[in-house]
Amino acid sequence: MCVLWLVPAVGLLVSSFRPARAVAATGWWTVWADPQLTLENYRAVLQTQHLATSFANSLVVTVPATAIPLLVAAFGAYALAWMDFPGRRAVAAALVALLAVPLQTTLVPVLRLFTGTGLAGTFPAVWLAHTAYGLPFAVYLLRNFFATLPRDVLESASLDGASPPVPFFRLILPMSAPALASLAVFQFLWVWNDLLVALVYLGGRPSVAPVTVTVSNLVNSLGGGWHLLTAAAFVSMALPLVVFVGLQGAFIRGVLAGAVKG
Amino acid sequence: MWRIASVTAAVALALAACAPRGQPERLGGTVSVLAVWGGEELESFRAMLQPFEERTGVTVEYEGTRDLNAVLTTRVQAGNPPDVAVLPGPGQLAEFARQGHLVPLDDVVDAERMRQEYAQTWLDLGTVDGRLYGVFVKTSLKGLVWYNRPAFEAAGYTVPQTWDDLMRLTERIAADGRTPWCVGLESGSASGWPATDWIEVLLLKAAGPEVYDRWYRHEISWEDSAVRQAWERFAQVVGEPRYVYGGRQGVLATNFAQAAFPLFSDPPGCYLHHQATFIQDFIQQQFPNLRPGEDFDFFPFPAVDARYQNAVVAAGDLVGVFRDTPQARALVRYLASAEAQAVWVRRGGALSPNRQVSLDGYPDPLNRRAAEVLRSAEVARFDASDLMPEAVNSAFWRATLDFVQEPRRLGALLARLERVAREAYR
Amino acid sequence: MERWLLVGLAAAGAPAVCAAYVVAAEAGLRRMPPRWRQAARPWVWLLPAAALLGVFLVYPTLGTLVYSFRDASGERWVGLQNYLQLLSDREVQVAVRNNLIWLAGLAGVVVLLGFVLAVLLERVPYAPVAKAILFLPMALSFTAAAVIWRFVYEYRPAGTAQVGLLNALLTHTLPGFQPRAWLVHAPGNTLLLVAAGVWVWTGFATVVFSAALKTVPQEVVEAARVDGAGELRVLWNVVAPLLAPVTAVVATTMVITSLKVFDLVYVMTNGNYGTEVLANRMYKELFNVRHLGRASALAVVLLLCTLPAMAANLRRFLGEAGR
Repeated sequence: MCVLWLVPAVGLLVSSFRPARAVAATGWWTVWADPQLTLENYRAVLQTQHLATSFANSLVVTVPATAIPLLVAAFGAYALAWMDFPGRRAVAAALVALLAVPLQTTLVPVLRLFTGTGLAGTFPAVWLAHTAYGLPFAVYLLRNFFATLPRDVLESASLDGASPPVPFFRLILPMSAPALASLAVFQFLWVWNDLLVALVYLGGRPSVAPVTVTVSNLVNSLGGGWHLLTAAAFVSMALPLVVFVGLQGAFIRGVLAGAVKG
Repeated sequence: MWRIASVTAAVALALAACAPRGQPERLGGTVSVLAVWGGEELESFRAMLQPFEERTGVTVEYEGTRDLNAVLTTRVQAGNPPDVAVLPGPGQLAEFARQGHLVPLDDVVDAERMRQEYAQTWLDLGTVDGRLYGVFVKTSLKGLVWYNRPAFEAAGYTVPQTWDDLMRLTERIAADGRTPWCVGLESGSASGWPATDWIEVLLLKAAGPEVYDRWYRHEISWEDSAVRQAWERFAQVVGEPRYVYGGRQGVLATNFAQAAFPLFSDPPGCYLHHQATFIQDFIQQQFPNLRPGEDFDFFPFPAVDARYQNAVVAAGDLVGVFRDTPQARALVRYLASAEAQAVWVRRGGALSPNRQVSLDGYPDPLNRRAAEVLRSAEVARFDASDLMPEAVNSAFWRATLDFVQEPRRLGALLARLERVAREAYR
Repeated sequence: MERWLLVGLAAAGAPAVCAAYVVAAEAGLRRMPPRWRQAARPWVWLLPAAALLGVFLVYPTLGTLVYSFRDASGERWVGLQNYLQLLSDREVQVAVRNNLIWLAGLAGVVVLLGFVLAVLLERVPYAPVAKAILFLPMALSFTAAAVIWRFVYEYRPAGTAQVGLLNALLTHTLPGFQPRAWLVHAPGNTLLLVAAGVWVWTGFATVVFSAALKTVPQEVVEAARVDGAGELRVLWNVVAPLLAPVTAVVATTMVITSLKVFDLVYVMTNGNYGTEVLANRMYKELFNVRHLGRASALAVVLLLCTLPAMAANLRRFLGEAGR
């Protein structure tokens, strides 16, 4: 079963290292009988297909779009978990409802908004959009986590006369490190792997296009050019794979907690 | 006297046109270009750009996608268009121009010089409501049938003169236990376009240019008998599994760029392939040893009605400016020039609309013959699907795929196209 | 270079701005009378999130609802016309049929397969490795998954070497098997796209179920075994009901996923050959046909379809909150 699961990905990996002619003429599994390997495909996609730029663009999109929602969500979650106010339950319920809203529903008006403000096609536009799309889940997750923190710690801090920002930054955020890490990994992957948001708000101009957009353009223009397509796809997978292998625990927790995100 | 004066004037004009406009401007900066080309075509475009980049110091940021229509609309609606886009047809150009997204080129290019170098037809196709918005950078001749000459002749086949001849030849090849046609419609998001070329040439060569014009302008219905017959004739080929390499699924799943290759396998996978001039480039990339004109050749798609024997379908790529920057202006001026277009012509796979590009500049007899046919055609019509509004064009593409899958659904498919068209031509 | 500066600025600056906002707002609160302070404080902390959600989720959703009753350019009211046109459009009917296939296929198979694998993996020593492998595709984008699976389904006409895994496998093992262009034959091709989705999502379900299985009290299972129930009966009658809440979570997630599926279809077939789905149709109406009204109406249809899932989430949340 596990072998079955790996085979398609292995096929991709192997093909990306085979010379163009071999990829077109024989199946990748024949590589064991005829091991010709080359880095040529990677050189080609990185240099002539803008993939190196796209990789950088993906980073430019992803880093802020992961950092910003984390803190904004933490503020909101703090209020929902630790402050008592009328309407708290309603706000939390509204968040849960927003979890399921398909982002397609927001495309047209948000696009018009970006066009009107001149933000369309710029990185800040996707940072804002990804922040907002990630918020319902982030607030929801952090609220649940904050609620499990021991109440007496915070209360003792309040007794010292510190105003809320102090315990928040000194105590709550450090104590929530595992939840924040899971969330960060989840949001990172979500943004890195996104195609639709980038396609619509950012477009495919080489100077801004992230890897997902570039790879999907390559599928269109290269059709059967499998030696290049496989290399390109693998470049797009490299960073998520590193994150996956390196931070597997946080990753799995993040995705599990993200189960309810639509 | 008058005559001398006018000749002098013409020479002066010509000199003015040829004279360098001051020192070659070192502009620097970048210009973004969106087009459909990838692979070999992109290499040729890059070669074409190289002198420009060297001379002006401008860097060209190229973005290629087969999903050009959707991508460009996305970007235009997002207020983030490329500086320059190469559009595959005047239909799209007109839409963007009327919506005010394109920059008029009348004062970008030298109008007088354009009139001297380009046939009026090409200028008209780039003109919307009296203003020039698009300049053709390369053109192609459509409606050609390619064949492997040695194999074709060895089997004793002859070039057909009429549609009926062609169908008799098709049946004869099949009766010989061979496969007559290679057809490939897959092209990513643009899948289906090669089939629209079939339908266009079949309509033009059966019903004539007037009906053709009325069709793309939507003055006749998609359910008109002339249109329907073109589809049905197409089905005579692709609807018969014995006639096409790989059967119907082969037609649907084969990428257009690779569709011609079985012509040259041994024994040949097929004997005939309908495609425009640019396919020669793909063939020669794959089989560098084939000699054009000897090892492979083309004949014009035969006429259904003999009166339209000499009508041809052409297509071309127009460059339009979405953002008025000095770099974009410089690029368009350059791309319109014979100097630029000769580069792609020399590399093969493109015909130049610029008359200053000499026929000797074409790399082989096939390219040259196609260029001659195009320049001397009595009746030339532009690719109809590229003249239609985008909504109709993309529906047309998809309808051809559905048609190949289930030819008997033709009635329903045409009815849907008619509905889409009624909404789109307003 | 400039862009990295921008990234640094955004990644460090934006949180700094947020932090500064909270500190400043708290300073402001301190000048207020204590009673107001208590009332205003939660909203101060909620404001950034609420503002972003309002601008990018709530307002646009309402906007889309409004646009769905307007014409192609979003200017004129047309009543229900967009919805009526969608109802009678065959492409949309095909899309609805396919979304149902996705729903049944993806949600059904992922839940079932995930459960079965989780149970089986309880009994093997190399379970962590296996789970990691199953989970791996979750780290990939759908775009990459689409490339991977297009390659698996690649077709070459009979008589030539098959480079696609599926055709190669079948032509080698089944005598007389003719290679098949998998992605062009409807409606089977949608199932093959679903298979790619299953490949991506099964690991997720397996890991969720595995975690849940660990919480099943061993005594209950033992008790049932002592009563003489077979393993399958124990699974079905004892374990499965205990996992019902988790199953609901997985199922809800998969239902929403299958309704919104876009990337896989867009990259693999672009909705051609009868593989259209609602989200791709919407993209087409928006950017090919350029009909804001119908695109919005499709988005509203998608939203309506997710309402039951949303309601299920809410009910679960309110139930938990009530406890």
